[in-house]
Amino acid sequence: MGNLTPELAQMRDEVRALARGYGLDFYEVLFELVDYDELNMVAAYGGFPTRYPHWRFGMEYEQLSKSYTYGLSKIYELVINNDPCYAYLMRSNSMTEQKLVMAHVYGHCDFFKNNLWFAKTPRKMMDMMANHATRIRAYMDRHGTERVENFIDTVHSLDNLIDPHAPFIKREGRPRREEEAPAQSPVFKIAAKDYMDRYINPPAYLERQRQSIREEQEQERRHPARPLRDVLKFLLDHAPLQLWEQDVLSMLREEAYYFAPQAMTKIMNEGWAVFWHSQLMTRHLLEASEVVNYADTHSGTLATSPGQINPYKMGVELFRDIEDRWNRGCFGPEYDKCEDADEKRRWNRNLGLGREKVFQVRRIYNDVSFIDEFVTAEFAEAQRLYVYGYNPATGRYEIVDRDWRKVKEQLLTALTNFGQPIVYVVDANHKNRGELYLVHDWGGVDLEFDAALKTLEHVQKMWKRPVHLETREGGKGRLLSYDGQETSVKEITPSKDAMQVVGPAAPKE
Amino acid sequence: MRRIDQDHTRFRDIVRGRIKQDLRKYVTSGEMVGKQGKRYVSIPLPQIQLPRFRYGSNKKSGVGQGEGEPGQPMDGEAQPGQAGEEEGKHVLEVDVSLEELARILGEELELPNIQPKGKRTLRTLAGKFTGIARSGPQSLRHFKRTFKEALKRQIASGTYDPEDPRVIPIRDDLRFRSLARREQPQASAAIVYMMDVSGSMGREQKEIVRMEAFWIDTWLRHQYRNLEVNYIVHDAAAHVVDQHTFFHLRESGGTKISSAYELCLKLIDEKYPASEWNVYPFHFSDGDNWSSRDTERCVELLRDSILPGVNQFCYGQVKSAYGSGQFKKDLDQAFRSDERVVTSDILDREGILPSIKAFLGKGR
Repeated sequence: MGNLTPELAQMRDEVRALARGYGLDFYEVLFELVDYDELNMVAAYGGFPTRYPHWRFGMEYEQLSKSYTYGLSKIYELVINNDPCYAYLMRSNSMTEQKLVMAHVYGHCDFFKNNLWFAKTPRKMMDMMANHATRIRAYMDRHGTERVENFIDTVHSLDNLIDPHAPFIKREGRPRREEEAPAQSPVFKIAAKDYMDRYINPPAYLERQRQSIREEQEQERRHPARPLRDVLKFLLDHAPLQLWEQDVLSMLREEAYYFAPQAMTKIMNEGWAVFWHSQLMTRHLLEASEVVNYADTHSGTLATSPGQINPYKMGVELFRDIEDRWNRGCFGPEYDKCEDADEKRRWNRNLGLGREKVFQVRRIYNDVSFIDEFVTAEFAEAQRLYVYGYNPATGRYEIVDRDWRKVKEQLLTALTNFGQPIVYVVDANHKNRGELYLVHDWGGVDLEFDAALKTLEHVQKMWKRPVHLETREGGKGRLLSYDGQETSVKEITPSKDAMQVVGPAAPKE
Repeated sequence: MRRIDQDHTRFRDIVRGRIKQDLRKYVTSGEMVGKQGKRYVSIPLPQIQLPRFRYGSNKKSGVGQGEGEPGQPMDGEAQPGQAGEEEGKHVLEVDVSLEELARILGEELELPNIQPKGKRTLRTLAGKFTGIARSGPQSLRHFKRTFKEALKRQIASGTYDPEDPRVIPIRDDLRFRSLARREQPQASAAIVYMMDVSGSMGREQKEIVRMEAFWIDTWLRHQYRNLEVNYIVHDAAAHVVDQHTFFHLRESGGTKISSAYELCLKLIDEKYPASEWNVYPFHFSDGDNWSSRDTERCVELLRDSILPGVNQFCYGQVKSAYGSGQFKKDLDQAFRSDERVVTSDILDREGILPSIKAFLGKGR
């Protein structure tokens, strides 16, 4: 399969055998040799040869072509999580680069197959995308291109409102019927003689209990009963949509869930691929004449620039650090207790557990837990990591802190929910008027209000009734609303619902 | 047709629609003028990107990597960026060809196409057999090219054997000679911009002239393949200058418009004979002239010498705090019945579009 030249096919077999030898475990990989224009095209479609028609892909293609023409960027590898995996090789690359890309790709494919966050992704996505395309084309024929396209626009502007944990949550099937629900818990009383009852079970205490039971019942009656993070799912189930709209929404939601794990494991995935390409290249595949060319390409991939974290660099350095630490036994209470930096540096228990550990890490972590667990003081120091901030006085970005805990905190904030704001559906019957009330889980970073208001218009297009988004600006409550005619921003005190999701408002400074 | 072409065309259509919708804004803001390349203009179109709930700009901190002490600025023009996916932070810029921009302008202002004078309209001549095509009659088969293609294919696919160098072309390898069409030069046009740079023409007035000139250029370039542009500035005396000087020079002193018209006439006589050129003089001023005698001289020059040799003479009067605006009245009076003279008032930036429509709406 594929259209590799005999030379490249032979090279692929060699790389594959080596990768297998190291214990990498992947679906078969089909390499396709393409020129830059074909590659830009495939990349514009997110790696898939067939997607539904949408102008956004055309825009992406134009941007990619432009930046390739100006020499600003070049796509090295493109690989699709699918069984079999598909990967693209650029025809104009040198043999050294092709080898490197192949080794890199096998790293990715191993990651796709084995990392737990990918466990629920459909592995026949190639076919699924093509089916989605066929269905959407059919809807366009039936209902008009513009209408369907507008609806797709609407879904796109909301497709980050998903819950990446959702595929792992087992939902209860049908709603419970009353007789199946656990019997109403009566007010709890401690057994006591009549004359003592008033003191052991004081009326105020009983009243408090009744109150909380009432609140619970109240809560059950609400819709949704608990705040929901999968806004798309909620709209799919409850917004007054046409059948074709429902179908389009559910397809695009599936696609969003397919891509989510890639955003959640960017650092790990790239790090793992670099880890393996450098291993395979430097130990086996490189010939003497290719070393300079390889070093040039490799260092280009790992280059850092101020104010930016390069996921390739960060990922591979962490994997190497983990391997090294577990080889030397630099973990556990004994190591943690040691306060002598010199001794820590020389620490070696000759455990040789490194390889085993990195394979375990690639299986069960995602970027957030990966950074949280493995970024240490020593690592932050060795990598010269820092937190920067904007200094309004000088108008420049400055290094603020090199404390590794702050670095980690900042990294985690940026990575949480794959870098997207978290929004909950809190009430679908706000003010008892069928208005939709969303709450943004404000973690200290404000939303961009212009964009948020425009996005609300899209929510309203689906919900048809007025919609609201509660968020905060510098800690103070704000309510963004759109009623179908005009948008508004109001100052409010954070509502009870928002407190439940976000927590109390920040204290005044 | 490739699948992406469909989406790409759709995207370009949307871009076109947005520009058309906001044409007035683009014309009056003048932000395109500075971003002009040889054949393309970069147009910022942030509104085309789909909105999303996303973090705002107070996310002005992040993690970086490298040397430096706390408090030290990061080297270079640091881009605030963070690990993970960063999206939609840069403003989308789309390249639009000047050709397309002219078409949009034409559609929006309903400008008629110009009928060039003279016989020199576009002619396409069949040239020599210098082209190569992938299909054609066997009698025109290009043996050498076909052989080369076959050889390339065989080497690439590994079926070439140097011991037994047989090269057998298959259908894909065939190459044919073909006619390369050549276009003969067609109608040519020349623009002569004249601008009053006396003390009363301020920055804003020049900016307006600059923006108007950009759109006029764009349109006329769309109409004529071969366009030459000349710039003349004048106060009491006139000079031929280059484009940069034209828009940035600030003279002061009196205004003698006839000096510019004389220079313009000289230029036309020397370089642009009426039989071969479509000439468009444009004059921009705030309407003050030194004396009514000079205005008479201008009218005379126009009527007797300039007008017979040009397609159309345009006078745009930019309002300034000091100009009396008398010159336009005088011109209107003198050439009331002459279609070749077009005048327009440009009060402010909003006036640019109507003025362009007045100038170019005649299709001359």
